[in-house]
Amino acid sequence: MVSPALAPDDVVNALSIEDSIAYLKSKHPDAVADDEREGYSGVLVQASKLVEVARAIRDDLGFDYLSSATAVDYLGAGDHMEMVYHAYRTSGGGALVFKAQTEREDPEIPSLVRVWRGADFQEREAWDLYGIKFPGHPNLRRILMWEGFHGHPMRKDWREAYYEEEQKPFDNRWPGGHAHRSEEKNVFGKNVTYPPDIDLNRLMDTSESEVYASLGLGVDVERILDKDGFETNELVVNMGPHHPSTHGVFRMVLTVDGETVTSLEPVMGYLHRNHEKIGERNTYLHNIPFTDRLDYISSMGNNHGYVLAVEQLMSLGRKYNPPTYRCEAIRVMMVELSRIVNHLWAIGFWLNDIGAFFTPVLYFIQERERILDFFEAVAGSRMMCNYMRFGGLFGDLPERIKSVSNLTNDRIRDYNTMQFLTEMVNERIPRTIDELEQLLTQNEILLERSIGVGILSGDDAINYSAAGPLLRGSGVAYDVRRADPYSIYPELDFDVAVEQDGDMYARYRVRVTELRESVRILKQILPRLEATEGESIWADGKPGAYAPRVPFGEAYGRVENGKGELGYYVVSAGGRGGSSNPWRYHVRAPSFINLTPMGLMSSGYKVADIVGILGSIDIVLGETDR
Amino acid sequence: MYGTGLAKGLMLTLRHFIDSFVDDLRYGLRKYSHSTDNFGLRQGTEAKGVITVQYPDEKVAVPERFRFVPFLIVEDEDHPTRSGKDWCTSCGICAKVCPPQCIWIVRGNDPNTGRPVPEPEAFFIDIDICMNCGYCAEYCPFDAIKMDHDYELASYDRTSHHIHDKEKLSKPASYWRSIAPTRAYEEMLVRGTWEHKDAAKEARRGSASPRASSRAQETQAEAAPAAVATAAAEAPAPPAAAPAEGATPWSEDDAKREERRRKALERKAKRAARSGG
Ligand code: SF4
Ligand code: SF4
Repeated sequence: MVSPALAPDDVVNALSIEDSIAYLKSKHPDAVADDEREGYSGVLVQASKLVEVARAIRDDLGFDYLSSATAVDYLGAGDHMEMVYHAYRTSGGGALVFKAQTEREDPEIPSLVRVWRGADFQEREAWDLYGIKFPGHPNLRRILMWEGFHGHPMRKDWREAYYEEEQKPFDNRWPGGHAHRSEEKNVFGKNVTYPPDIDLNRLMDTSESEVYASLGLGVDVERILDKDGFETNELVVNMGPHHPSTHGVFRMVLTVDGETVTSLEPVMGYLHRNHEKIGERNTYLHNIPFTDRLDYISSMGNNHGYVLAVEQLMSLGRKYNPPTYRCEAIRVMMVELSRIVNHLWAIGFWLNDIGAFFTPVLYFIQERERILDFFEAVAGSRMMCNYMRFGGLFGDLPERIKSVSNLTNDRIRDYNTMQFLTEMVNERIPRTIDELEQLLTQNEILLERSIGVGILSGDDAINYSAAGPLLRGSGVAYDVRRADPYSIYPELDFDVAVEQDGDMYARYRVRVTELRESVRILKQILPRLEATEGESIWADGKPGAYAPRVPFGEAYGRVENGKGELGYYVVSAGGRGGSSNPWRYHVRAPSFINLTPMGLMSSGYKVADIVGILGSIDIVLGETDR
Repeated sequence: MYGTGLAKGLMLTLRHFIDSFVDDLRYGLRKYSHSTDNFGLRQGTEAKGVITVQYPDEKVAVPERFRFVPFLIVEDEDHPTRSGKDWCTSCGICAKVCPPQCIWIVRGNDPNTGRPVPEPEAFFIDIDICMNCGYCAEYCPFDAIKMDHDYELASYDRTSHHIHDKEKLSKPASYWRSIAPTRAYEEMLVRGTWEHKDAAKEARRGSASPRASSRAQETQAEAAPAAVATAAAEAPAPPAAAPAEGATPWSEDDAKREERRRKALERKAKRAARSGG
């Protein structure tokens, strides 16, 4: 216990989570209270005092990194809205979870953007999807939906155009399941509503200035064209959404002075499908294949984060068996292989962005193909692996990677799995990384394009909640696998990659080092696989149930994915025997949050650099837009 | 010296270029052979060059666990007692675990007793919606639905071709054993027989049908379709008509649906009579 008399400096970075909570309660006795709901943790903070308390959490207690900020709608379960924040220390350790509640009607919670800039996009998302207003937010606009969208789609009483039932499984599929296509019953165009104050004609505006005005970017095209009464060289340039350099359907609105970028605004949501709403209609099990489709380059990592979150919840109940050692070893192997895939892909496409068009990336993805062959043989699919289950896996490694000819012209293959893996880990992947370095690390063009470009300082990286290579390239040695270890990472020997310069080249170096560290981990996994040969991947020897019941509570499962910290915030509304569908399912998407500092990193550089800077962040739109 | 890094990289490109040709020469015409040796080697850990599979002249055969749009297993034509019978008992588990909810099942009912019978009357999968997750195959307790290996399903009109009905979905058990021999064998070990679970159970039970135990299980007909199977086998059998399914069953009207339903039940009753007598 800490006495409130202690000076703030003495307690920084020193207190355990419990003591930190005690400190907060003693400092703000009337604003902070324990969250006493069953299965919940952390503190409830009075909304009016939120900014003050958040400052104390950051400055006095040293929780300098806001990992996730998200909203929950407790309709019918208290009838309030809630913002949930997970703050961490970049020196490592668990989360300080704090929450603020507000009414469902006209919800309002003070913005934390001034405390953590990383709250920027996340609060905009909460406004967009839940309708929570954040007084103090500098730019509170919709982020995934468009202005003029009717309603706030994540609210529990909002229904999608093809609404069937609140929760799956739907009743009309069995036993009286007569198939129909939903678009036949629910004709497109007739199933959309507009808010009463929207002017549909405005959506057909043709003048450029009005297009930008409707985006609400604060960009006045006229003013720029006619500054101080005469023409200047300042222009608004729209990049995307259909632009090959944006790695998907993504848009950046830049203002440029000559060739130099003065400001940049990311515009996203073109691939938005309300993954989280789908996730709340789904059962727990249904969500696993949906997570594959977030960061579709590394679906194994997505699976892992989600099953960790749900396993946390399940461990609150009585009937729960943690995964076996073999299961954990296979999981880590799969995740590390997908990290290699991810980094090879990221570096390759970043090179495309800065002009080394496709030759390097084809060399790298040759090795990726091999890894995907392995995924296909083990999980059944190359990219949409859907491999992990609660407490286990889809299946153990097969003895042989073997195919049977089925279609005309089929060519068959047959390898011993362990031999294939051993050769891959000991020879092929290291060879590819060597080649990669030979091709690039000393390449003068690459050095000139990337050194000193897209700089993000360490403090900014933390404050903007950057994650993954973006954070570690700025000198912050923060890797969830070490900072807040999960699975069998504590017993594995590897180093956290870190570079000090904070530019594109530093991020490239971090990725290369991580490739090598992943190989190092894989080399330690292989003997573990051999040692556990024959052990079941399920604790009780048989696969888990198809409709697991999950006890009441909340959980935040996070993993270090290729692109950064991937977190899942899952709330189970429980009930007798547990719930079968999550009440809240939120994805803390690294690709999304890593875009928060994009504007900061871009201003002052040339237009051609913007493409490279975006590539060096490494986003994937399936995850950004969700 | 400025430019050495660049030159080193270019050497690598050159080496890849040469390696690809060397590999090509090494395999020569053999690369068109279907033999595992060649293809496995070219694709294997020894290969050095950049190698492209010339689809569709050559295709990489998919591994056993590969999953693409599911199919339903029906008994082989030459099966002595159950020829052409569905393995599916219409228990509905696959429809429940299907994440995008693209499986639709009409459970069969006995026309006389009105009780459910362990056989689907209709079964649809909307392959536009199917996300190939493989859950249906994974959680089916009767090994009756399996993931296919045929990924060449493109068609010109999605509105009329992409809801697969039972006829289109059904493939013989021997097909599954041919595309996934190891898995089929493992499943057989778990089941304890190559036969369907129910067939095996009935065989074990012998000819004397234990009516009492079937009563006890009636309350859980969903969970224990075997009991219903016994009940169906005891029902009297009306004469049967040839099976005929509508071309687009999902768009037919109620009368046709009723008709199809009646025929399916007749078929079933006939089969029951055959195995019962
Ligand atoms: S789970 Fe298997 S037996 Fe049950 S309805 Fe589906 S296919 Fe038929
Ligand atoms: S593979 Fe998955 S999506 Fe497709 S029918 Fe089966 S359960 Fe449904």
